[in-house]
Amino acid sequence: MTFFLQMLVTGIVVGCVYALVALGFVLIYKSSDAINFAQGEFLLIGTYVCLTLITAYNIPFIAALLIALIFSAVLGFVIERIVLRPFIGEPVISMIMATIGLSSVLAGIVHIIWGHETRVFPKIFSEQPVNLGEIVIAPVYLWSLLIVVVMLVIFTLFFKYSKLGIAMRATADDQQAAMSMGISVKMIFAVAWAIAAIVSAVGGILLGNINGVNASLSAIGLKVLPVAILGGLDSIPGAIIGGLIIGILESLTGGYLDPLVGGGLKEVMPFVILVFILMFKPYGLFGKKEIERV
Amino acid sequence: MRNPFVMDCGEFHVNYKQDLAIWKITRVRMRVFILLAVFAVFPMFASDYIIGLATLCGIAAIGAIGLNILTGFTGQISIGVGAFLGVGGYTSAILTAKLGLSFWIAMPTAGIVTAIVGGLFGLPSLRLKGLYLAIATLAAQVIILFVISRWDALTGGTAGMVLSRPELGSFVFYSERSYYYLMFVVLVITAIFTLNLFRSRVGRAFIAVRDRDVAAEVMGIDLFKYKVLAFIVSSFFVGIAGALLGHYTMVVSPELYSITVSIEYLAIILVGGLGSVFGSIYGAVFITLLPVVLRSGVELMSGVFPDLSAVLIGMKEVVFGLVIILFLIYEPQGLAKIWKNIKDYFKLWPFSY
Repeated sequence: MTFFLQMLVTGIVVGCVYALVALGFVLIYKSSDAINFAQGEFLLIGTYVCLTLITAYNIPFIAALLIALIFSAVLGFVIERIVLRPFIGEPVISMIMATIGLSSVLAGIVHIIWGHETRVFPKIFSEQPVNLGEIVIAPVYLWSLLIVVVMLVIFTLFFKYSKLGIAMRATADDQQAAMSMGISVKMIFAVAWAIAAIVSAVGGILLGNINGVNASLSAIGLKVLPVAILGGLDSIPGAIIGGLIIGILESLTGGYLDPLVGGGLKEVMPFVILVFILMFKPYGLFGKKEIERV
Repeated sequence: MRNPFVMDCGEFHVNYKQDLAIWKITRVRMRVFILLAVFAVFPMFASDYIIGLATLCGIAAIGAIGLNILTGFTGQISIGVGAFLGVGGYTSAILTAKLGLSFWIAMPTAGIVTAIVGGLFGLPSLRLKGLYLAIATLAAQVIILFVISRWDALTGGTAGMVLSRPELGSFVFYSERSYYYLMFVVLVITAIFTLNLFRSRVGRAFIAVRDRDVAAEVMGIDLFKYKVLAFIVSSFFVGIAGALLGHYTMVVSPELYSITVSIEYLAIILVGGLGSVFGSIYGAVFITLLPVVLRSGVELMSGVFPDLSAVLIGMKEVVFGLVIILFLIYEPQGLAKIWKNIKDYFKLWPFSY
């Protein structure tokens, strides 16, 4: 039972990070109908910038985090403007390949600047494990959980009450109507990319604190796909719940099934789930069903 | 005697036979035969290194034609080609190394097995379109690769398997030159089959499905049948390419078939031209030679910038991504369209109006 709870807690924390990254993914899809295969590289770049600020320039963690987030936002803006703008309204394959090309460029830049070896964040959170009943949790997990929850609350409030958030929801609902109400749809797309870059950077920094930083961190970019599909590609609550479900299932698979098959199943599990969702409920838990007319 | 530099400015057919021909004009037909002859003769004069590169280009072209049938002609995006290549390579490896069958049985069997696996993962295509299908094929990639790397008893796990070169009687295709000819024959057959496929009912149905699947269904095309058929035909050629590649490099292992390979093949058909058989070949040559050219470029520059070779891997990725993005922005129909534009320009040259 302790083992189960331990796995459950790990799953929830990892799931929260997935939820955060999936949030950015869903946001881009919702506003501009684009699937972003470069999400993992956004995460990588944000993490490396934060890490470099801390280790090379001795900037305190919070300040470094803020600078990294601002950098990510600018990066998102610029990329949307230069790379993605020409593809609005183009066929799906153009959009997919454009973001795949983008991810290749970003990954290449990361390799050139930061190389391949794994780096670790300096210890920011205390190492003293916290005992909750029978289970033991490292503080970094609790902090991650806290940060993710705070971020999710902030974004929920942002979408519900702020002018920009409401404009974003309006654009997602009906671009033409939003445009005729005086909303700059281009601006909204840019903001969506900026937010996606920010949340990925936060997710990356948290994961980097847990596992260390290397180029394989960008694999999260692909794992976000099952999360987003499970929740429904255009549903923000779906992304959060999907993230938690996938995180927990992945962690439990790693704990219980991996010893049976000799490892590796943990990484594949989300995709197996993905296949089943696509077979039986292609629009996910909360997704909007598309109706097509000739 | 006509001026040989004057191009035909139109096609004037007087019977159906002319209209149905693949290469409609005598001059074009002659050009194709000359090109074929050039490619058949050139290994006699080239070095082994060049022939090896040409063989790799040709094998990539076979796989790319396969993918183009699915993505370019039928409009079903697949990000799982890498794994399907792996299925082809491993099937051939298992049949030849473990069961001792001849390559000439193993290669078609590899195609058929890959076609079955491809058809299986094509089943969701009835309900899924575009983005969702792309993601489903991505899942296929991950799952197939996992099975390959874990099924130790059959596939040798992460260590991979060693293959031998094919034999014909007492002749072994050991030299680069002989393997080039083997690849060349398969490539020509693949290209001619595909060109002909799109003159048939099945091919036309594929194109109708791509252009608007709901409309195609209204017109009496069985969507499920043709979508799955597209997956099957496409995967067959990808499997053949996988088997050829496996016997050429003489080794198969899971990391050779990662998602990077899938993306590379998508880039090939995109750069070459979606929905173009010759485009697949141009694209295969372009993408296969890109890292080679880049490496020699870096070696040339290493006198001036000695640090350049250290960042070669990163640079490859950057250039690869840039090529994809720039082609998408400036010439979405790829090299095939560029070549066509050049030809069209000279059709009316020097009076282009």
